[in-house]
Amino acid sequence: MTDSNWVLHEKDFKLVQEELTKLAALANAKITFLVDKDGHLIASAGDARNLDTTSLASLTAGNMAASGGIAKLLGEKEFTFLFHEGEKDHIHLSVIAQRVILVVIFDERSSLGLVRLRVRKSGEALTEIFTVILNATEKEAQDKENRSPFAAITEADIDRLFG
Amino acid sequence: MSFINYSGKEINCKIVYYGPGLCGKTTNLNFIYKRASPETKGKLISLATETERTLFFDFLPLSLGAINGFKIRFHLYTVPGQVFYDASRKLILRGADGIVFVADSQEARMEANLESIENLEYNLKEHNINFNTIPLVMQYNKRDLPNATSILDLERALNLRKVPYFEGVASTGKGVFESLKEIARAVILDLKKKT
Repeated sequence: MTDSNWVLHEKDFKLVQEELTKLAALANAKITFLVDKDGHLIASAGDARNLDTTSLASLTAGNMAASGGIAKLLGEKEFTFLFHEGEKDHIHLSVIAQRVILVVIFDERSSLGLVRLRVRKSGEALTEIFTVILNATEKEAQDKENRSPFAAITEADIDRLFG
Repeated sequence: MSFINYSGKEINCKIVYYGPGLCGKTTNLNFIYKRASPETKGKLISLATETERTLFFDFLPLSLGAINGFKIRFHLYTVPGQVFYDASRKLILRGADGIVFVADSQEARMEANLESIENLEYNLKEHNINFNTIPLVMQYNKRDLPNATSILDLERALNLRKVPYFEGVASTGKGVFESLKEIARAVILDLKKKT
C-alpha cells in the first residue's frame, strides 16, 4: 500500500460512508468511524454530534501507533485489533488495508463478540474499497493531467489564509 | 502525509514541532492555542506526565481558511523531547508534511540541539521521509536569555539546509506565528510541487 499523500473522491466517500452506516446498524454500535494512520478523520457514521471527532481521530491514531510499536518490540508485525472497556462505553479499533483504522464505539446494547464479527465482515468490504482508492491515488499522482486543488495556487492565496 | 477529501472539500496536513527537551515545543502550541480565534482552533490535547513534561504528544487542530473552495486544516503535533522517549518521537513523525525544529538557544543546550536534529534525520529516514527535502523551518527559541548562543553559531551548527529561521521567545509569542506561517507556506508549496 502507498504511504504517500492520498485523495478521497465523492463516489469513494459514499461507498465508505455506506459501509460505516451498515456496520453501525448491524453491530448495534453508537458510532463507527475511519481514521488514517496519520490521524486524519476520513468518515463517520452514527451520532457523533457531541463528540470531538478530530481529537478522537488523533488520539486513536496515536493509540494504534503506540500499540504497533509494542508489537514490533515483541516481534509481531502489528496488533490487528485493540479493545478498551469502559463503564458504559467501549471502543474497538482495527487496522484496514494496512493504512486506515476502523473504530467502533458501542455500549451495553451490543457485545464485543458481535462487534468483532461485524467488524471482520465490514473489514473485508472496506479493504476492497481502500485498495481501489489507494491504487487510484498512486495512478493520479503519476498522471500530470489530473491536477489537484493545489495545482493553481499562488503565493497570494497562501497569504490570504493568514489574513 | 496530506489527505485530500473531495467530499468534505478538505485538505489535512500534519506539522510536527521537533527539538530537544524543554526547548519550548509545547509552549509554541500553547501560545498558538491562546491566540488563535475560536472558530479556527480545535481542542488542545496534551499527553503529559504529572510534572507537565510531554509524554507522548500535544495536538492542536487549526483551520486556516479555504483555497479554491477547499478548507485547509493543519494538525500541529509536538514530540516528547527527552532522549529516552525516542520510540514515541518516531511514531509521531509518521505522515509528517512539515517540521518546525525548535532549538534551545542556551549555550549549554547546543549539544542537545545537535543530537536532536541528528535524531530527526534518522527518525525521518525510518519513515522513508527525506530530511533534505521535507518542508522545514528553524526556530531559535529562548533568545531573551543572557547565555544565548549567537544566531551565526546556531545557523552554522544546525541549519545545514539553509531553510528560513526565526528568533523566538515562545513564552511571549515572539517568533511563534512567524514560524507557523512559514511552515504552512512551505507545506502548501510542497504539495503544489507534488501535484
